[in-house]
Amino acid sequence: MSLKRKDLLSLAPLSVDEIRLILQTADSFKEVTGREIKKVPALRGRTVVNLFFEPSTRTRTSFELAAKRLSADVINFSPSSSSVVKGETLLDTARNIEAMQADIIVLRHPSAGAAEALALGVKSSVINAGDGWHEHPTQALLDLYTIRERGLSFEGLRVAIVGDVSHSRVARSNIHALVKLGAEVRVVGPPTMMPCGVEKLGARVYYNLDEALRGVQVIMMLRLQLERQGIALFPTIREYVRLYGLTTERVKLAEPGAIVMHPGPINRGVEIDPEVADSLSSVILEQVANGVAVRMGILYLLSGSN
Amino acid sequence: MKQSSNQRIHITGGHVIDPGRFNGVADVLIDEGRVVALGPRLKVPAGASKIDATGRLVLPGFVDLHVHFREPGFEYKESIQSGAAAAVAGGFTSVCCMPNTNPVNDNQAITEFMLDRARAAGLANVFPIGAITKGSEGKELAEIGDLRRAGCIAISDDGKPVMNSLVMRRAMEYALAFDVPVVDHCEDLHLAEGGCMNEGAISTELGLPGMPAAAEDVMVARNVALAELTGARLHLAHISTEGSVRMVREAKSRGLKVTAEACPHHFTITEETVRGYNTYAKMNPPLRTWKDVQAIKEGLRDGTIDVIATDHAPHATQEKQMGFTEAPFGIVGLETALPLTFALVDEGVLSLESAIDKLSTAPAKAFGLAKGTLAVGADADVTIVDQQEQWEVDPAKFRSKSRNTPFAGWKVKGRVTTTIVGGRVVFEASQAEP
Repeated sequence: MSLKRKDLLSLAPLSVDEIRLILQTADSFKEVTGREIKKVPALRGRTVVNLFFEPSTRTRTSFELAAKRLSADVINFSPSSSSVVKGETLLDTARNIEAMQADIIVLRHPSAGAAEALALGVKSSVINAGDGWHEHPTQALLDLYTIRERGLSFEGLRVAIVGDVSHSRVARSNIHALVKLGAEVRVVGPPTMMPCGVEKLGARVYYNLDEALRGVQVIMMLRLQLERQGIALFPTIREYVRLYGLTTERVKLAEPGAIVMHPGPINRGVEIDPEVADSLSSVILEQVANGVAVRMGILYLLSGSN
Repeated sequence: MKQSSNQRIHITGGHVIDPGRFNGVADVLIDEGRVVALGPRLKVPAGASKIDATGRLVLPGFVDLHVHFREPGFEYKESIQSGAAAAVAGGFTSVCCMPNTNPVNDNQAITEFMLDRARAAGLANVFPIGAITKGSEGKELAEIGDLRRAGCIAISDDGKPVMNSLVMRRAMEYALAFDVPVVDHCEDLHLAEGGCMNEGAISTELGLPGMPAAAEDVMVARNVALAELTGARLHLAHISTEGSVRMVREAKSRGLKVTAEACPHHFTITEETVRGYNTYAKMNPPLRTWKDVQAIKEGLRDGTIDVIATDHAPHATQEKQMGFTEAPFGIVGLETALPLTFALVDEGVLSLESAIDKLSTAPAKAFGLAKGTLAVGADADVTIVDQQEQWEVDPAKFRSKSRNTPFAGWKVKGRVTTTIVGGRVVFEASQAEP
């Protein structure tokens, strides 16, 4: 079986089989990343362009490492986001990149829908590495991979996604995928951070963290954007921490052995207590490690080399 | 194709609808720019050119209370010439131009410039709308008396709603002295901040910042309250929500001088059209839900909404090719309004006469224009329509400079065949076809 898609833009349209295929493909690359020589020739002669219109260290590095371990040539292209504002259309950007004979373009962009627009304009494969508040499909896939690696099965899995769901592309991609796979998804945060109609995506809304954590096997924390303090989303960090910060005591409300995830970078002492971040239940660094393997799998599947 | 205005035109055998006055088969005789006779089988005077309108509708020229002809300042999107050409191709003989040009139409020099350009174009009647505040900045009143004297027929800071309620109150009071309607684009800028589509499940799924219906509703409520306080003539531009319709209905039931317009896109398509990040479905107010569309239709049906206006908002292709959040708001509407309105007739929402009323007679009345009628003595602004002709919307054939429509490829019914302004034929479909 293969992935019959040119692009990976969002998880909303993916089938369960496609998600499983990506996770299975990542398995074999996880094995590669554990070797002494962490490189295979699968994408030799192919060009991957990391096109990042937003600052990102970990996602870009993860893609770069994934492409290099597949022996692809990698170019990092980071136009300042101001050049977009100044008026270069996405289509022009796309055509420029295509003229460089890119096989795969990895796009991070502040606007929702940017990856979709780019994919329509170019023959190259496009991977969405985060578009506005819309989706961050590879992050969700590495989250799924990490959950699965911990021996948890998705059917009936109880997952709490905690924080600013409204502005989170990570939350949207995870909701789509987890709901599809049969998990029970709870979204938790102050009502100011709950997007209108999120229950239509299949999630249950909670405003009380303690209540939401009862019986969950996975706690997925979102990064709090501290600059949103005061502008109506939450009054102070102090109160946010009291209401929605993940502490050791709160982790105990979840099912024994529950795992704690975070897409990073973490705000220690804000959404997550340092003790929790460094505890045995935390899989935050496993997520980062798995990110490379999962992205290798995605690059491989989209390159059509299989 | 320009003919002198003292030419006699004899329109024969058409189905004449002059809303509230006449509805039946008749001839119309035009002389020296005016309607001089209307009735069955008029005698053909010598030297009159004849237009056979058998099987067609003969209507008072349409009046659009809400267009953006981007001159001065953004002529690459639309000029007064190209906008007027689009207007007459769509059957609109009179258009009211919003003041959000660059510079803003907040003084008589700009108003006079626009009127000069309109005269040079020689197509549609152009009625400028003056700004409420200087630079449409919402702070100090513009010279509304001067604007009125120079030819502005209404005032509005369209696109930039007057957020300060005290400024709006003063504008409404001041406008009373000139009996000019105050037009507001109802949007609470704080509530709608950063939004680019209707807020709801679809904006959540697409990850796009939403503008809640409440952002429109609270401003409609405020404006109605201020109209009641001041006694001003309030005209609500492009209302799009169920809440707005409800509040306008209530205001009218209490006898307030409130009129309202709706745009064809707001009664034809919903926020679903945004899917795929379609920037041609990005306008302000945004496309709403199915429930809102139903409410707009009901408002049109029961008379709550007086007027159908296009909010014709041309933008260049490259601007609409930006990402959804960066692309500008707005779509062109002059060349698609007629068939989209006729669809309401086919659906049974409006009678044919009432549809014509909302395109012609009612808007003229709302702004106090001596237009929108075929009464003897009226300006000879006439639109002749083939109600049955089916055609496919092809933006490449638009007279507008811009192509930004979500209706490209739509199969529609009802087409303008001839447009007459001031007794001159300014558009003929047969000539227009390649």
